[in-house]
Amino acid sequence: MRGVSQAKWVVAAVAVALAATACSSGGSSDSSGGSSNSAAVDPAGTFSFQSGEPQRPLQPANAMENQGGRIVKQLFMGLVDYDPATGALRNQVADKIETTDAKNYTVTLKSGWTFHDGTPVTAKSFVDSWNWSANPANNQINSDWFSDIAGYDAVHPDKGDPTAKEMTGLKVVDDTHFTIELTAPVSYFTYKLGYSAFYPLPTGFFADPKGYGEKPVGNGPYQFVSWEHNKAITLKAYDKYAGSNKAKNGGIVFRNYTSSEAAYKDLMSDTLDVLDQVDSTDLPKYKDDLGKRAIDQAQGAIQNISFAMYNADWKDPAKAKVRQGLSMAIDRDTITKTVLNNSRQPADAFVAPGVMGYKAGTCGDACKYDPAKAKQLIQEGGGVPGNKITIIYNSDGGHKEWVDAVCNSIRQATGVECLGDPKPDFKTSRDIITKKQVPSMMRTGWVQDYPLNANFLRDVYGTGAAANDAGYSSPEFDKLAHDADAATSVEKTADLYQQAEAVLAKDMPAIPLWYYKTNSGYSNNVQNVKFDSFGNPVYTDVEVKKK
Amino acid sequence: MPDLTKTAEETPAQAPVAAAAKPEKARSLGSDAWHDLRRKPIFVISALLILLLIVIAVAPGLFTSVDPRAGDLREHFHTPPNYSHFFEGDWFGYDGQGRSIYARVIYGARASVVVGICVTVGTTILGGIFGMLAGYFGGWIDTIISRVTDIFFGIPLLLGSLVILNAFTSRTIWSVVFALITLGWTQMTRVMRGSVITVKQADFVTAAKALGAGTGRIMFKHILPNAIAPVIVVATISLGGYIALEATLSFLGIGLQDPTISWGIDINSAQKLIRTAPFALFFPAGMLSITVLAFIMLGDAVRDALDPKLR
Amino acid sequence: MGRFVARRLLQMIPVFLGTTALIFFMVHLLPGDPLAALWGDKAPDPVQLAALRHQQHFDEPLIQQYLDYMGGLFTGDFGKALDGRPVLDKITEALPVTVQLALLAFGFEIVLGIGIGLFAGLRRGKVFDKSALVFTLLLISIPVPVLGFLFQTIFGINLKWVKPTVQDSTDITQLVLPAIVLGSLSLAYVARLTRTSIAENIKADYVRTAVAKGLPRRRVIGTHLLRNSLIPVVTFLGTDLGALMGGAIVTEGIFNVQGVGHALYQAINMKEGATVSGFVAFLVIVYLAAGLIVDLLYAVLDPRIRYA
Repeated sequence: MRGVSQAKWVVAAVAVALAATACSSGGSSDSSGGSSNSAAVDPAGTFSFQSGEPQRPLQPANAMENQGGRIVKQLFMGLVDYDPATGALRNQVADKIETTDAKNYTVTLKSGWTFHDGTPVTAKSFVDSWNWSANPANNQINSDWFSDIAGYDAVHPDKGDPTAKEMTGLKVVDDTHFTIELTAPVSYFTYKLGYSAFYPLPTGFFADPKGYGEKPVGNGPYQFVSWEHNKAITLKAYDKYAGSNKAKNGGIVFRNYTSSEAAYKDLMSDTLDVLDQVDSTDLPKYKDDLGKRAIDQAQGAIQNISFAMYNADWKDPAKAKVRQGLSMAIDRDTITKTVLNNSRQPADAFVAPGVMGYKAGTCGDACKYDPAKAKQLIQEGGGVPGNKITIIYNSDGGHKEWVDAVCNSIRQATGVECLGDPKPDFKTSRDIITKKQVPSMMRTGWVQDYPLNANFLRDVYGTGAAANDAGYSSPEFDKLAHDADAATSVEKTADLYQQAEAVLAKDMPAIPLWYYKTNSGYSNNVQNVKFDSFGNPVYTDVEVKKK
Repeated sequence: MPDLTKTAEETPAQAPVAAAAKPEKARSLGSDAWHDLRRKPIFVISALLILLLIVIAVAPGLFTSVDPRAGDLREHFHTPPNYSHFFEGDWFGYDGQGRSIYARVIYGARASVVVGICVTVGTTILGGIFGMLAGYFGGWIDTIISRVTDIFFGIPLLLGSLVILNAFTSRTIWSVVFALITLGWTQMTRVMRGSVITVKQADFVTAAKALGAGTGRIMFKHILPNAIAPVIVVATISLGGYIALEATLSFLGIGLQDPTISWGIDINSAQKLIRTAPFALFFPAGMLSITVLAFIMLGDAVRDALDPKLR
Repeated sequence: MGRFVARRLLQMIPVFLGTTALIFFMVHLLPGDPLAALWGDKAPDPVQLAALRHQQHFDEPLIQQYLDYMGGLFTGDFGKALDGRPVLDKITEALPVTVQLALLAFGFEIVLGIGIGLFAGLRRGKVFDKSALVFTLLLISIPVPVLGFLFQTIFGINLKWVKPTVQDSTDITQLVLPAIVLGSLSLAYVARLTRTSIAENIKADYVRTAVAKGLPRRRVIGTHLLRNSLIPVVTFLGTDLGALMGGAIVTEGIFNVQGVGHALYQAINMKEGATVSGFVAFLVIVYLAAGLIVDLLYAVLDPRIRYA
């Protein structure tokens, strides 16, 4: 339930800073070898990663932005996580999660899991954690992630003070069993459980949440060592870790960088080991610079431009043709190849590839460049109101180049005047967007919270959904989404959501532009560096070469 | 800076009471200066350059027929020059959006030159007046002006420009000029004040006072011409700085925006591309350098001509 | 003299109050809601947002927030940033870095700037003067980021004389390259101001008198010419020291320096009134001290100037 957060903490415009979800993981299968010429590995060796200062305390349900989020994901492990190679759901602390009606779940935990302070991970660790996080008084950004659970309204009421501290839908049976009751069936609830808000917390946490936010104690593959503000956060491998993705290195130093150009320079001189994202400046040359050490792979994130559907200009159903026409006026292939230096892949659907339920080409012809057809459709739909559109975006996110290119493309293909309308920063543009004051169009984006198409559709286009910036509301779409949620299997859910996606292609409340890619690289000191679809490296698999 | 120049040019025969000893001289300092200036190659060159810039700024269509906003991505960072398109504005190559850099440099002149000149003139007048008052009168006037200057100096540029520019519903060249003047006058005030404090101790000022000259007369006819040199130095150098600052504002999303074209915007988008497309940076930055050069040379020449001490 | 200094020190109080108040209210005027932005591309949960606003006292009247802040300030409490860290911690982290960087840049521009300006002024119109003009012009016309990237590429990556970025901002030796970049524009100002001033004063009566008296050239230049020519330069340096201390977002970003510029940028971005005011409160003291020193230097440099 959260989108492409901005590079708002970073001074220089980073191409993307992606909010990410569960990512700890990796190495379930045997991948120790990698390439044949791999060097001797030092299992105690540590490596550095380009990062930034977390903006919130390191608590599971507070891990919204990327900098803190990716660290929390190394410190904690939930009931389930997603296989970094395939995105498939796999059990971690959970031995099994059973349900017959998608509404009532019984969770069985594995034994042997411990927190870094030595205390065992029990059913109570989860239930207490979730109840604490859902309480608005505890100021957790992701407190509304528990809204599916019965009794949430009493703990987190829309108005007034909470009447309860515990959600009635959560019941501890014994140390290794607990049950979850939802208010309505959600067939993919187990997918949501991989999200960081659902991590367990040790007993000690509740006595001093603030202190634990500075020095977190988790149950993940790494344990906390130190946090030097504005400099670095250091983690070391947890030797009693009980999960399948035990660290193959001694630890990670998340080193703070004020700009990604600076980080890239350090990578070139082997002062930094793993890069987050190559900055736009170095994108054209990074593959030459790094050779085999360059990384270029898909991410579960999409970039859109959305229409202010709440404006009278766009309410007329006939305007759907105009919106499709504008979409066809954008030369996605050329823009991604030139302006974006192949750091994006042209979109052909509203869901990113690699996500369960992704179907190629659901956007149809509307996502293919065809200036003649574009002109014709715009004319048939009665033209663009005022023959002019503006695209609101935040200038601290590195979006200027592609917004200008999209506008150029639209202007030249259709003669419609198109202007980028930069706002100084992310919060300013968000302010305008959430207050629904956008005159015609805005930049929007979405990064998966969990790799399922429902996350890209329901949370972005459902009536009243938190990320429905366009203000789109379609009874047809809502009905299909509702049916999909109530389906008995995740496969059926994904199928039904594909039908809902077809409604979007018809109405075009947003124009899908392209999918994000991870463009990164690593130094000569490390090997076996891979990234997951959240755009984070598989930290546990990184191997540090012997010096 | 119409006011200052005017008074400076009018600073005539009387001014050189200090340089002294030629009271019979008929020509004014102003016409004297003009006489000198016409013979200085530096002045002639710089004046011609500035004239050319002004013509470009007023009528960019005379210099190119290419639309500076029209981008063709097939020309993405096409290096210059492509002689087969020589007369189609392909002299400087193409930028990242496939737009003709030559056309953009030509069309960008207006916004850049207007911002540069207006902000420089504005800060010089404002800072000049405040600095003169503070330096000449001293006492509580100095205290108030200097302390207000201190307060303004404390405002971070980013914060100040965000607040000011965000108050404008539509951002134009003039709102940018207004913001930069509001935040930029303090340095000039201090330079002027320091300069006036020194000059007012000079013998010729005492002499003029003894002769019963009025305050205004002393300030404008005696002190100003002798105190203006550092102000001109800082002002002419600042001109380039303001053009660059406009670019920084654009980068932050609060400066000029599409469809306005300026060198600053282009320098900003190209400056990180030193390694990949240096020419995209070279031409707009080169034009900025030439402009700054022209104004600095002009400033030097005018100052030398006007300064009574150098005669 | 003593009374003058005492009066100036007293004047710092209203300036200090004025600036912090102005900054505090200006920050409030900034657009956007930093708390709502914590939710990224998603509308914030209204209940949680209200709880966060309450925790940060944003639901109180602005004037109350300001009075609370000032009350804290007088007891040495600089308040807390949005991430819950004390503002004073942020200041004590960033300020020493910027002070080192600023002083390095300052020293660089004084020594080289005055040196170049002096020789150019003495040899007005000669080759040295002309090349100094071209050199300073080059520095002025190259935008700072370009110069930064250029130096970083040449000295950091190609020649490998220094690490391309700063690994430890508290290590002064690593700050040399950023300091040179930072000081280069001001270097041009200083050189040109010095040159103009020297060229002007070299024809002044007291210099002619000194020469006529048969004083050695060095003394004429050192004690008479240079001293009297430095006033505009000192004025400029006074304002420049303040500007340097205020941090340089661009240069700090290029070289990964964790200084005041970066901290201020983030605080402004997050609309943290307490953090911005806290930093500026410190900076104002620096500006005021610099201004006072400049005024005192006037009297030292030009004996005719007297402060009662």
